[in-house]
Amino acid sequence: MRKFALTAIAAAFAVTAFTGGAAKAAGDAPVPEAQDWSWQGLFGTYDRAQLQRGFQVYKNVCAGCHSLRFIAFRNLEGIGFNEEQIKAIAAEYDIEDGPNDDGDMFTRPGIPADYFPSPFPNEKAAAASNGGAVPPDLSLMNKARVNGPDYVFGLLTGYEEEAPEGFDLADGKYYNHYFPGHQIAMAPPLYDEAVEYTDGTPMTLEQHARDVTAFLNWTAQPELEARKALGMKVILFLIVFTAMLYAVKRKIWRDVEH
Amino acid sequence: MSAPQWNNKVVKWVDDRLPVISMLHHSAYEYPTPKNLSYMWNFGSLAGFVLVTMILSGIFLVMNYTPHTDMAFESVERIMRDVNYGWLIRYIHMNGASMFFIVVFIHIFRGLYYGSYKAPREMLWWIGILILLAMMATAFMGYVLPWGQMSFWGATVITNLFSAFPIIGDPLVTWLWGGFSVDNPTLNRFFSLHYLMPFVILGLVVLHVWALHTVRSNNPTGVEIKTPQDSIPFHPYYTIKDLYGLGVFLIFFSAFVFFAPDYLGHPDNYIPANPLVTPPYIVPEWYFLPFYAILRSIDFTIFGIPAKLLGVLAMFASIVILFVIPWLDTSKVRSSKFRPVYKWFFWLFVIDTFILGYCGAKAPDDYFLGIPGLKVIVMGQLSTLYYFAHFLVVMPLVGKMERTKPLPASISESVLKEGANA
Repeated sequence: MRKFALTAIAAAFAVTAFTGGAAKAAGDAPVPEAQDWSWQGLFGTYDRAQLQRGFQVYKNVCAGCHSLRFIAFRNLEGIGFNEEQIKAIAAEYDIEDGPNDDGDMFTRPGIPADYFPSPFPNEKAAAASNGGAVPPDLSLMNKARVNGPDYVFGLLTGYEEEAPEGFDLADGKYYNHYFPGHQIAMAPPLYDEAVEYTDGTPMTLEQHARDVTAFLNWTAQPELEARKALGMKVILFLIVFTAMLYAVKRKIWRDVEH
Repeated sequence: MSAPQWNNKVVKWVDDRLPVISMLHHSAYEYPTPKNLSYMWNFGSLAGFVLVTMILSGIFLVMNYTPHTDMAFESVERIMRDVNYGWLIRYIHMNGASMFFIVVFIHIFRGLYYGSYKAPREMLWWIGILILLAMMATAFMGYVLPWGQMSFWGATVITNLFSAFPIIGDPLVTWLWGGFSVDNPTLNRFFSLHYLMPFVILGLVVLHVWALHTVRSNNPTGVEIKTPQDSIPFHPYYTIKDLYGLGVFLIFFSAFVFFAPDYLGHPDNYIPANPLVTPPYIVPEWYFLPFYAILRSIDFTIFGIPAKLLGVLAMFASIVILFVIPWLDTSKVRSSKFRPVYKWFFWLFVIDTFILGYCGAKAPDDYFLGIPGLKVIVMGQLSTLYYFAHFLVVMPLVGKMERTKPLPASISESVLKEGANA
């Protein structure tokens, strides 16, 4: 009967691994290459300098078309900016507010409590300016795709100058190695020196892509570091506590033939 | 079952007027339990623990959730980002659903292996199946609430199944939706029912435990308790054993909540619901995959009954058939430990459910495990056939034909024998 118990536990693990993997394997596009990310593993954390560079890439490149509607300026504390810096960043944006006492909408400089404004007033406007394709919101992008970070990085670096021979590329589309169907409406957004870094990090396309992917992982999972830190404590406690329960169990059952 | 004499005056005063304390003492303290239960008997109390965890985490989620198509997705993100420890509550609830099914599936397989459905435990078994059905309904409706792409399209696909019924089908679906498509009224009623159902489950659990304590626990030998030497009081023996099991389970649960919270979910559900964009693959949560495979495997008509209706009927039948297994199983022996032939069929059945789960996750035209020529749909059909054959053919025939091993005279005897062999 012990054998049965072990088998059942093994089965429980198997079912999670098996079906989880199976459900995720569906899809046509090539699987993006696995990258090393600083936040991986049990102890992985974000690299604040990288997140700030990634924010710079988002702000100067992506924000032209992509919204970030679940992120407020105050949240930027999470990537290492202080209150003064956040106020300054927020003030760079014009935020529509109102109606005022006269019933009119007006714009004012942003404050930390404001959310990042969207580049387009509505989906129709977004589609109209982008050849019919709506640029998706990026707040959750890294969680909303299979192998999120690897996919985003792969997409940003996976453009081909020309479609392979025999591939029928539609007008206004670009060939991307990792985009499902390979035809993407987004023009290659990054190139070498697309953004000027001040910390001496090489300003290559690949580095820009890596940094903005890291930033987007933070926007998708801002709780990641707190989660893992708490998880460590919880699991260590549980291991010790469970070992104690086991010892008590042994002691109580000592005199029972079972 | 004489009521104990209470020394504490307050306890005695209460107990004389409403004997709740005696009742609890009777069912959680002195309840005579077979002394040879294995760790497979931990999963019932674990399921109870997960149910309470789900209700509590759910109540706190509701305090911050908005059941409206325009705000549901955003309110979930607000919980994840702005509510203190909201991410923890939500990840517990989200992964708790998967844990609930893992624990309950093991609990059911244990019952199947040791013949816990056989007389006099039929009512106990039936209530268990009702709990499973209620859990499935609850999980399905709960998955709709975050209003992501899989929420919306999962709800659309599953509710559309009811349109397979002739004549009443279409009006039934409109009635379920509260409109002509999955929309705000659907979300609202699912939210209402998702909050109601756990308490229905709680009521069923009370009946389940009541029935259990009436007919007593089965055990690995399948031989009933005969003398007082066969049993031990529930407390402290099984309270501590259940607590130890709970500790192990919580480590497993926490590993998911803290280190792989989205592993069991689908990435598409982090895309807000969009009725105009159909995801390339609509896949249910993992715990529905075997049933989904059965549903999809019927792609042919019989006697003019459309495939869709047959699929729906097969899917429901795959669970409803469990109600009659006390009579389909013709063996006089409960535990598969003493059934050398049936034991193998049991494990074949377990493997079959895994294969069904795999088929449910894949597109019908994919190749099974990449084997050329073996389509997922075909493998799903074969597995569906075996699923029903196990109950309708194997159970009655093997029970009649098998030569079972000799049963121990009593639980005590089996314990002593195993001790001597060890």
